[in-house]
Amino acid sequence: MIEFKQVSKYFADKAAVDEIDLHIAAGEFTVLIGTSGSGKSTTLKMINRLVEHDKGTIQFAGEEIRGFNPQALRRRMGYAIQSIGLFPHWTVEKNIATVPGLLNWPLAQQQQRIAELLTLLNLEADLLHRYPHQLSGGQQQRVGVARALAADPEVLLMDEPFGALDPVTRGVLQQEMLRIHRLSGRTIVLVTHDIDEALTLADKIVLMDSGRIVQQGRPIELLTHPANDFVRDFFGRSELGVRLLALGSAGAAARRGEWLETSPIAAEMSLREALSQFIARQTDKLPVVDGKGTPLGVLHFGDLLRQRESA
Amino acid sequence: MLRWPRNRVLLLLVVLLAAALFTLPFVSFAPNRLVSGQPVMLSRLLRGAGWLIPLIVPLLLLLAWQPLNRPTLILTLGLSEILLTLLVALGGHAAETLAGQGSALSRTSFGSGLWAAGALCLLIAADSVLRLTHNGAWRLLLNAQVWLPLILLLAGGQLDQLALLKEYATRQDVFDQALSRHLLLLIATLVPALLLGVPLGLFCYRRARWQATIFSVLNIIQTVPSVALFGLLIAPLAGLAAHFPWLARLGVSGIGLAPALIALVLYALLPLVRSVVAGLQQVPSGVRETAAGMGMSRGQIFWQVEIPLALPVLLRGLRVVTVQTVGMAVIAALIGAGGFGAIIFQGLLSSALELVLLGVIPVIALAVLVDALFNIAISLLERKTL
Repeated sequence: MIEFKQVSKYFADKAAVDEIDLHIAAGEFTVLIGTSGSGKSTTLKMINRLVEHDKGTIQFAGEEIRGFNPQALRRRMGYAIQSIGLFPHWTVEKNIATVPGLLNWPLAQQQQRIAELLTLLNLEADLLHRYPHQLSGGQQQRVGVARALAADPEVLLMDEPFGALDPVTRGVLQQEMLRIHRLSGRTIVLVTHDIDEALTLADKIVLMDSGRIVQQGRPIELLTHPANDFVRDFFGRSELGVRLLALGSAGAAARRGEWLETSPIAAEMSLREALSQFIARQTDKLPVVDGKGTPLGVLHFGDLLRQRESA
Repeated sequence: MLRWPRNRVLLLLVVLLAAALFTLPFVSFAPNRLVSGQPVMLSRLLRGAGWLIPLIVPLLLLLAWQPLNRPTLILTLGLSEILLTLLVALGGHAAETLAGQGSALSRTSFGSGLWAAGALCLLIAADSVLRLTHNGAWRLLLNAQVWLPLILLLAGGQLDQLALLKEYATRQDVFDQALSRHLLLLIATLVPALLLGVPLGLFCYRRARWQATIFSVLNIIQTVPSVALFGLLIAPLAGLAAHFPWLARLGVSGIGLAPALIALVLYALLPLVRSVVAGLQQVPSGVRETAAGMGMSRGQIFWQVEIPLALPVLLRGLRVVTVQTVGMAVIAALIGAGGFGAIIFQGLLSSALELVLLGVIPVIALAVLVDALFNIAISLLERKTL
């Protein structure tokens, strides 16, 4: 869907992005991660031409992006950022309808789309006529995501969208992003410096440092087969184990056909959280139920150890 | 035991009010406008409803000790308003009785005691309004209604025998001309100032390198005293008009409207350009970035995002400029631009205080009115975005 070939970007003769090759497949959740100044945000902004690349080619849907009108290109891509950037003088409704409005959708179609987005992002309908400053941080970010999704964009670009939120709200919104990604199968490119966020969300992680891509691949690959010491250090040698656990879910690891009459854990719970449950509840067996509350099986403490081979 | 009052502002104002009423002359009376007036104290004028005045003052004093709740504040506001109305009515009434004793040339004007007491009543009212509500629109409304009884007195002819109104009666056409000329000066300054200032502000905002240069030039203009600037323009404009007769036919000359408008526009530019730049600078960068990121064109970002978000700050600047121009247009009368300044300077030169007031009061009223109108517009705008 998006193809970077030997792309460079210079700011004041210094390479912010240095000859990167990157393929973002359709329907994939790609997370660009790195320290500040690693070029991850610049890479993201080159996709919708907020930053123009100096060398190489970037293709979107098979065409070089310079061939597009920048406004038309951006309207085909959703865009959400950390400071949210909601228009303070517009109601929530008008904010969400920004891109459909720019594309001159009929009013009825806009209304219908807004209703769909409210349901998708668990927003109350009575928020529609409020102004952004009347919403909580989490609600604002939901509206920001709804606005980015409004015109059903082919790609969703997100620049540290949850950076300013408290950990609880951030966690909830990360789960919602996963749900939205599963539901819509949309291509998402997200920039973050939060390793756990990257591991939770990504189908593919792209680790960047001083303008270059150090390693890219599935999260498990970066954790288990780091290309060099930088990657190993970045993902934290000491916390490597728990981060590996974060990639597996209790539902997938539970032993079917067994059951225990004690309070169960949810199938979506990551094995990292399950580990915490084992320790907190002083037990080595936990029953697992699915979303509807139907028993799935039992997770044994020892199962956590075998995750590495199965993953 | 005497407790310390809860409303110390009120206490201070009422003490000053009592002092002004009982120690300063209430009105002054002159047999004609050429001689200076004789002071007349309040005690000599008290009759009829006027006896309420010495009763209301101690009541207001007592209110300073009451808890600061809504009923107390409303009572304070009401009493100060009644007191103000009584004072002005008594002044008008005194003028009528004194006029009956003297000739048609006699002049009765408000004395320092009445002016001071009136101003203190207004301060008491304004202070109570400030404590009563935080809503900007309500404050304006409550402050405006204080003037209602005074306007009724004026319209009812109760004040006709005062020197000020006698001057007005003899100069009504001059006054009306001055008013329309003053308004013309105001509009003819604001329109070109906006047409120049907004693009200049945009330019300063977009090209930060130029900002310092432009601001320092405008700053220098601002520091030139207005009288000097008016004077400086006389020679070049007269020269231009002499060399290019078509300019003279358009009305350009060394004195009159042309130099006045040029100077007023120049003075208006600095606050205006500043507010345009400040308004655009306070648009959050994230808002601008997402606007571009969602595919808005430059024009769309400017008209739909930057302008609405910069507007409250721009209006604040425009308010300053408007009030400033109303005041500065007075000085423009020195180079023959007319307006209320002409009346004021005529009064100053002939030491006729009433004539000066006849020019000053409408200028103040105009400035206050314009200020209030801008405040309403700004508070309406900001109700949404704050």
